[in-house]
Amino acid sequence: MTNTDNEKIESPSDAEEEHEHPSDRKYIQIAIILGVITALEVATYFFEDMPGEILIPLLMVMMVIKFFYVAAWFMHLRFDSQVFTKFFVGGLVLATVVYVIALTMFEFWNKG
Amino acid sequence: MTENEHSVGTGLSNNKLLMWVFLGSECLLFGGLISTYLIYRSRFADGPAPGDIFDIPFTSVSSFVLLMSSLTMVLALSALQRGDYRNNRLWLLTTALLGALFIGGQVYEFTTFLREGLGYTTSPFSSAFFTLTGFHGVHVSIGIVMLMSLYVSSMRGNLRRESAETVEIVGLYWHFVDVVWIFIFTVIYLVPSPTS
Amino acid sequence: MTQTLEPEVGEMSKDQKHQPLGVYTRPKGGNGWRDWVTTVDHKKIGILYGAAALFFFLIGGIEALLIRLQLATPDGTVLGADMYNQMFTMHGVTMVFLVIMPLAAAFANYLLPLQIGARDVAFPRLNALSFWIFLAGGLFLNTAWIFGDAPDGGWFGYAPNTGIVFSPGNGMDFYAIGLQITGIASLISAMNLIVTVLNMRAPGMTLFKMPVFTWMILVVQFLLAFAVPVITVALFLLMFDRNFGSHFFNPEMGADPLLWQHLFWIFGHPEVYILILPSFGIISEVIPTFSRKPIFGYPFMVFSGIAIGFMGWGVWAHHMFVSGIGPISVAAFSLSTMFIAVPTGVKILNWMATMWGGKILFNTPMLFAAGVVSMFTIGGLSGVTHSVAPADTQQTDTYYIVAHFHYVIFGGALLGIFAGFYFWWPKVFGYLLGEKLGKLNFWLMIIGFNLTFGPMHILGLQGMSRRIHSYSPGFGFEFWNLVETVGSFIIGIGVLLFLINIYTSAKKAKGQPPVGPDPWDARSLEWITPNPTPVHNFDEVPVVEELDEFWHRKYGKDENGKVIRVASAEEVCQDGSATDVHLPSPSYWPLVLALGFPFIGYGLIYNLWFCVPGGIMILMSIYAWAFEPPDDPEEGHGEEQHENTLDGETEEVSVD
Ligand code: HEM
Ligand SMILES: [Cu+2]
Repeated sequence: MTNTDNEKIESPSDAEEEHEHPSDRKYIQIAIILGVITALEVATYFFEDMPGEILIPLLMVMMVIKFFYVAAWFMHLRFDSQVFTKFFVGGLVLATVVYVIALTMFEFWNKG
Repeated sequence: MTENEHSVGTGLSNNKLLMWVFLGSECLLFGGLISTYLIYRSRFADGPAPGDIFDIPFTSVSSFVLLMSSLTMVLALSALQRGDYRNNRLWLLTTALLGALFIGGQVYEFTTFLREGLGYTTSPFSSAFFTLTGFHGVHVSIGIVMLMSLYVSSMRGNLRRESAETVEIVGLYWHFVDVVWIFIFTVIYLVPSPTS
Repeated sequence: MTQTLEPEVGEMSKDQKHQPLGVYTRPKGGNGWRDWVTTVDHKKIGILYGAAALFFFLIGGIEALLIRLQLATPDGTVLGADMYNQMFTMHGVTMVFLVIMPLAAAFANYLLPLQIGARDVAFPRLNALSFWIFLAGGLFLNTAWIFGDAPDGGWFGYAPNTGIVFSPGNGMDFYAIGLQITGIASLISAMNLIVTVLNMRAPGMTLFKMPVFTWMILVVQFLLAFAVPVITVALFLLMFDRNFGSHFFNPEMGADPLLWQHLFWIFGHPEVYILILPSFGIISEVIPTFSRKPIFGYPFMVFSGIAIGFMGWGVWAHHMFVSGIGPISVAAFSLSTMFIAVPTGVKILNWMATMWGGKILFNTPMLFAAGVVSMFTIGGLSGVTHSVAPADTQQTDTYYIVAHFHYVIFGGALLGIFAGFYFWWPKVFGYLLGEKLGKLNFWLMIIGFNLTFGPMHILGLQGMSRRIHSYSPGFGFEFWNLVETVGSFIIGIGVLLFLINIYTSAKKAKGQPPVGPDPWDARSLEWITPNPTPVHNFDEVPVVEELDEFWHRKYGKDENGKVIRVASAEEVCQDGSATDVHLPSPSYWPLVLALGFPFIGYGLIYNLWFCVPGGIMILMSIYAWAFEPPDDPEEGHGEEQHENTLDGETEEVSVD
């Protein structure tokens, strides 16, 4: 993984366009990783007696990894300006915090 | 933007910035729908419960299809950036087709549920489920229309290498819709649901 | 309001021969009605927003007066209970969504590009689209009066009252769909203005050299971008419940009506800051100008605005203290609500410090700004009393709450907007509004306002409920209610004087040369352009070095460090003579696209077939839009070929 490091906010626009995007091979590798994780996720379905305390965190971790891979590589957040990341993560974090509080008020976590 | 050295803007493309702000905003939209579903998933009245009715293997397949459409989307972009119009078109079309396959799966899923007694008006759970997945489905469908428009525009020779950004922006939308499904697939389908 | 503006627009484009582009002809610039409906000029769009919002303001005002007539005496008979419900609901919805928000959009559209030294917004056609969608939504909502019954569930539309069982008419459908439509408009304009601020600033205009008004507008756009989707969800669910029989808010099927309250107030509290922050921005421009001093603590002003924006997301449940959310939630939200008063207080202190020791000129804009500072403080204080949950248990749903939100929204947001009217009128229309009438306007409004809403504190604490169409004699409510009604008519006269002032001032200005540059000895960049602003804004995009750049070009320091005038306004201001500026071309499509939405709205209510023409109009316009170059290639220089896309557009106003 060659890390093209994150650009400064004030980066000039023209350099942007010609940014070295990852090769198709890299994309396919990512897709394979995503496929494998999905397979693992689905596999948990067949372990019916896995206790929820293990299963749910496990699923969440795998989900976050998939989410991260798509956002970072396919959506190019890894290479693009941080401004984009800020907007997206801003919305994501805000949504998470607000709705988690709301769910808590509905006693969602207690009911499991 | 032909501003001089003093330029203080972000230097980023207006269009791309617009799309990212939009996607940030969409997080709140889907967040609201997902929360609604989570609050209501155990309120299935006399109707079927989510745990009884979800067909995980089937949904896994269609989730996989949507996931792979993200790959083909990014390949379409990368082909265009190389100036490889033929492959660009090929991957655009493949992406649209995979999206359509996913929608087909959703239609099939919905009709099966309907047959099994889960209608839109059966219970708060059913309303919330169909609304959430329906909203997502509409997003995918809009994406398909955009992809096909790009395809047609490429056929007519209008989608040039210089306009790769257009494809990139449609791609951002597409990947976002995929990412939302990654969330939905895990949280709504895979996390064990209440049964009746 | 329909002053003729931008006289030179015709020269640039009118005599170009019409070139068919594909199947249609591109509209050209000019000044007839056609130029207003196809305009993509942020200034014209700003004026359109203002005119439309003032129109809705009159409607909302008449509704308010009817409410007050009904309540003037016990057992009022002016409106029946049913009519009363519709009246107060439409009054609230109109004032919040069709008056304050679009008036803020009017100022934002007109001023924001000028304050950052830009020729236009980032997406001029999307800007026009926002306006037309807003107008379509607002008119759609108000046609509910014509087609039977208007919404009657309060602006907050609590479930399950809004369901088909308790609200069988079509009123709440108009509410659900109308607010969706205006929501789309807000969302588009929010995204547009965010990109504009980030990307279109003049050279040297760093974020921390932006005027406070621009900053507050930026914060508001973020609030909109993130809050509108939340109410969109709520409104969709309501619409599905009513039209398609879903069970989101139907307790009979086990649904929880609190879901609506959460979604509505998650949007609702950020919304109240969406209403107030533009006005905070306006008076942060007015107060320094008329106090002849820079704003006190500029960074605090900016950061407290940002802080309010953030904290506004964490207090929504203070509207639900008696909804049964449990003691822990009540305690937590009670605390967070108390904390949000801190950044608000910082702002008030900063305005006072700005005035402190200044050579204050009490022109009309300054009067209104001072009105904001004092009246908003009262409203903020009653807000703090609500934040104490046990106290709020007594206050909630009484007139005490009505007093609170009118002190913040009328006393804060609306008076601030009036300050803006008087302050920027010469900028926009080239003549000053009369000072005499202006002052009278101010005093009538502020006296009427306090007579109307001050006693509501008393009535509320005495236990008079809000949202009830009448009260019986003998509870001691009679006197203050009568006073309130008298007060409300004094406000009405005040507003009338404003309109008369516009009329007489415009008449007096007719045939006169426009007011000279810089009538107020102002501070920010918009005043560098002549009054009224020429169509291309800046002859030459200024290079910014300071906060308050315009002021710094006029004033310097002598060898003793004393501030002295170094240049006259005439020397500093541009004369608007540039003619070779390349501007984005007008377009029909924003209007056509926007007109599709009401069709879909009526379709959802009456007959789904109506949706078909609406959908066709929208789709057709999107495609036509995508294939229409943002800049007419037949016009201007054509050195840059912009590609155009379906979902975004490349609309950069090139700087020559
Ligand atoms: C110091 C800051 C503020 C505090 C602490 C505060 C607190 C509160 C509280 C606790 C309530 C709920 C009262 C109840 O219904 O029982 C409330 C209601 C309300 N506030 Fe504020 N507020 C503040 C500023 C504002 C501002 C700036 C606005 C608008 C510009 C505003 C608009 C409203 C409205 C419209 C309601 C009534 C909503 C309804 O029930 O219809 N508030 N406020
Ligand atoms: Cu609030």
